[in-house]
Amino acid sequence: MADLRINLTGIPSPNPFWLASAPPTNTGYQVQRAFEAGWGGAVWKTLGDPIINTSSRFAAVHFNGQRVAGFNNIELITDRPLEVNLKEIYETKKRFPNHAVVVSLMVEPKREKWHEIVKKVEAVGVDGLELNFGCPHGMAERGMGSASGQQPDLVEMQTMWAKEAAQTPVIVKLTPNITDITVVARHAVMGGADAVSLINTINSLAGVDIHTWNTVPHVGGKGAHGGYCGPAVKPIALSMVAECAKDPKVSVPISGIGGISSWQDTVEFMLMGATNVQICTAAMHHGFRIVEEMIDGLNNYLDDKGIAKVTDLIGQTVPKYSTWGELDLNYQVVARINAETCINCNKCHIACEDTSHQCIDRLTDANGKAYLKVREEDCVGCNLCAIVCPVDGVIDMVEVQGTHAPMTWNDRQKALARKNSESSEMEAV
Amino acid sequence: MDNHKELTRLTPEAFANNFAETVPGLTRKAAMEESNRCLYCYDAPCIKACPTSINIPSFIKRIATDNLKGSATAIMDANPVGASCARVCPTEELCEGACVLNDESEPIKIGLLQRYATDWAVQSGQTLFKPGPSNGRKVAIIGGGPAGLSAARELARDGFAVVVFEAKPQAGGLDTYGIVSFRLPQSISLWEVEQVEKLGVEIRTGIRVGVDVTVEELLAEYDAIILAAGMGNVPNLGIEGEQLEGVYDAIEYVEATKSDVPPYPIVGARVAVIGAGNTAIDAATCSVRLGASNVKMVYRRTKDEMTAYDFEYEFAKQEGVEFSWLTAPKRILGDSFGRVTHLECVRMELSNALGKDGRRIPTPIEGSEFLLPVDAVILAIGQKRHHGLIDLLGLEHDRGVVLIDETTRGTSHPRIFAAGDIVFGNGQGEAMVVSAAEQGKQAAYAISRHFASSSFHSNDSVAI
Repeated sequence: MADLRINLTGIPSPNPFWLASAPPTNTGYQVQRAFEAGWGGAVWKTLGDPIINTSSRFAAVHFNGQRVAGFNNIELITDRPLEVNLKEIYETKKRFPNHAVVVSLMVEPKREKWHEIVKKVEAVGVDGLELNFGCPHGMAERGMGSASGQQPDLVEMQTMWAKEAAQTPVIVKLTPNITDITVVARHAVMGGADAVSLINTINSLAGVDIHTWNTVPHVGGKGAHGGYCGPAVKPIALSMVAECAKDPKVSVPISGIGGISSWQDTVEFMLMGATNVQICTAAMHHGFRIVEEMIDGLNNYLDDKGIAKVTDLIGQTVPKYSTWGELDLNYQVVARINAETCINCNKCHIACEDTSHQCIDRLTDANGKAYLKVREEDCVGCNLCAIVCPVDGVIDMVEVQGTHAPMTWNDRQKALARKNSESSEMEAV
Repeated sequence: MDNHKELTRLTPEAFANNFAETVPGLTRKAAMEESNRCLYCYDAPCIKACPTSINIPSFIKRIATDNLKGSATAIMDANPVGASCARVCPTEELCEGACVLNDESEPIKIGLLQRYATDWAVQSGQTLFKPGPSNGRKVAIIGGGPAGLSAARELARDGFAVVVFEAKPQAGGLDTYGIVSFRLPQSISLWEVEQVEKLGVEIRTGIRVGVDVTVEELLAEYDAIILAAGMGNVPNLGIEGEQLEGVYDAIEYVEATKSDVPPYPIVGARVAVIGAGNTAIDAATCSVRLGASNVKMVYRRTKDEMTAYDFEYEFAKQEGVEFSWLTAPKRILGDSFGRVTHLECVRMELSNALGKDGRRIPTPIEGSEFLLPVDAVILAIGQKRHHGLIDLLGLEHDRGVVLIDETTRGTSHPRIFAAGDIVFGNGQGEAMVVSAAEQGKQAAYAISRHFASSSFHSNDSVAI
């Protein structure tokens, strides 16, 4: 049994699985149910001046018969009075003293507003604060959420204001609706953030109803952009986490968020630098019980790998995440198809033939049996065939011994520059 | 020997219930799940395994993308009796048997998906195809079964005026009359007939060529003829007692169940079915569903030699049909009223000598005769050939199997083509509905090619 405990910038929790600030953490009833189910922490649904929500609010993107590949919402922050939330937070923390109770906050970008809410919330005994500079819809139109999160100086300023009043750790939640997330992350750190959490949802329109021509979702025939999350956003979130993790100027712990649906996703985010993860869509799709399988899978993975504590995963892949210019241009893999296990669906052939490098031949053996073979000399090692192959393990990408020493683009440019300067020196002579 | 039991008929309600389609269609959810499971193989083996080359991955993708009209059109385009075939094709020997997922997980349920799409077409009342602009040529088709309908459909789409001469009251052939309703409701076959009629094809039912219209008239009036008359009823076994009351011809027996009222008093009957082909199985399972108390299939060879499909055999066993292998009928015995009471059988053994078909020849075991008390005997030992019609047309044949050039489907007469069961036998052709459909298509294309190449002119300019 591995040690699953984590500590995010002074906020301990029994495992890395937190519920993200979202509909599942709207009430004390829900958060307490979540803790009973096994969640290690929860970020309470954003508190601020109560708002009015619309009906309907959610929409999802289904893919090839699978529900909820992506999820979209236009729900805003809490629509319940602050006092009610504070009472329930107090009760929840009292009942679950060892679980992480963090409260998400969003107020107007005014110093006194931040001071006021930080004090009120800390007074009921929370473990930390998360500043919501991320929600892309509704609140942004009022100058909050991602509207302030897209202005680095405003993020820095507001973080500072929150920190002036805060006794507990301050986590700044970042919006992905920006060109370079590390810029905002750095400003959060400059403002005194103890940690950053990312990503919030991505601007999205879930769909258009091709029969009514309404947006999906719509509110009485009208739609507005929402925030996208769920499995489809995982690669985007993972890359943003990685960018922050490898940036020395973002020198604070990271809470990873974005499409995490399983223990494997959790391992990936932690390897890529997250100290813990926050989850919402998976819980909304399956209920709080889904955390049981996450805890069990993570535990078995760590045991199988002989890793004593989950925190040993944090950041292990970060050094491997570099830039394109540092990739070895002489590294070569080729596809190899196992004719014994191949089921002859020919998907690799047509994918390669139509859209890649035309190097998978359809052949017939001496017994008249069809088989597929890669012309390795023409294979560029793009992985496409292995990606479209429906059976695991049929196509291997095999490393081939290159004839040239490793050389990156950056090496190459340097070498060329050296050569040019030498020749120009010679010319000068 | 008076062993006769008084037998009754099922109530119409029980009859309707027992003969309602057994296998439920896919729900929308099941169809979406199954269609999304299809790998959409390139140059898919299922297409090659389909005698009519339905673009199966394409029709399945159309189901998955909520385009049932496109799906049904893709199916029916390749196979004019695709709705029937969705139910009667031996899919595990064809498309599903070829599915690349057989060993990896489970083959895609292609038959059920095909039924899902075509059921939508049936229920939506869609007309999927249009006739081509008239080319002024006329083709007569003898027989409105799967082969004849398929030929008619393709010819009409190519601009031919087509008249189908059908001896029975309704077209559809085997699909309408010969396949048990609990596998293929008659309405499905009749929808396919209607689809062909909507292309302007005239179907003259109740017309027997050679009786109601002469071959000479057809040759004079039409540019070409497609012979697709199928096969006939069950031949006599040539044993004593075949004329007794309670002795049935399996083809007629099954056909009689394709109605609204229970045709025979079989409730409580002990039934012996002689033969072990697909028609024999149909007669046996029909008997079970008509209320028989015991149904035995009497076959002179063993399970290994039977010609019924495995899935038919399994279905019969599930229905409670018993099998008497290595048992041959010797004579049928009756009571003083001329009603069947017993079937005398003899035990057989397989000799080591092989017959022409490569199967071991069964021989009787001397002195092993025994009496089987029965109330009905159903003969299902094959089908008669249409010798009379073939002779009227003057076509070359081998024991009633019309000889053709399988690439052109041409017979010994230059203006007569043939398709379907009438060319099946003696190693030529296939007996499946889907094969008949393909042959009908090919006969139509052969005629189109003949006219296009203008080596074959309208009958008013060339006398043959």
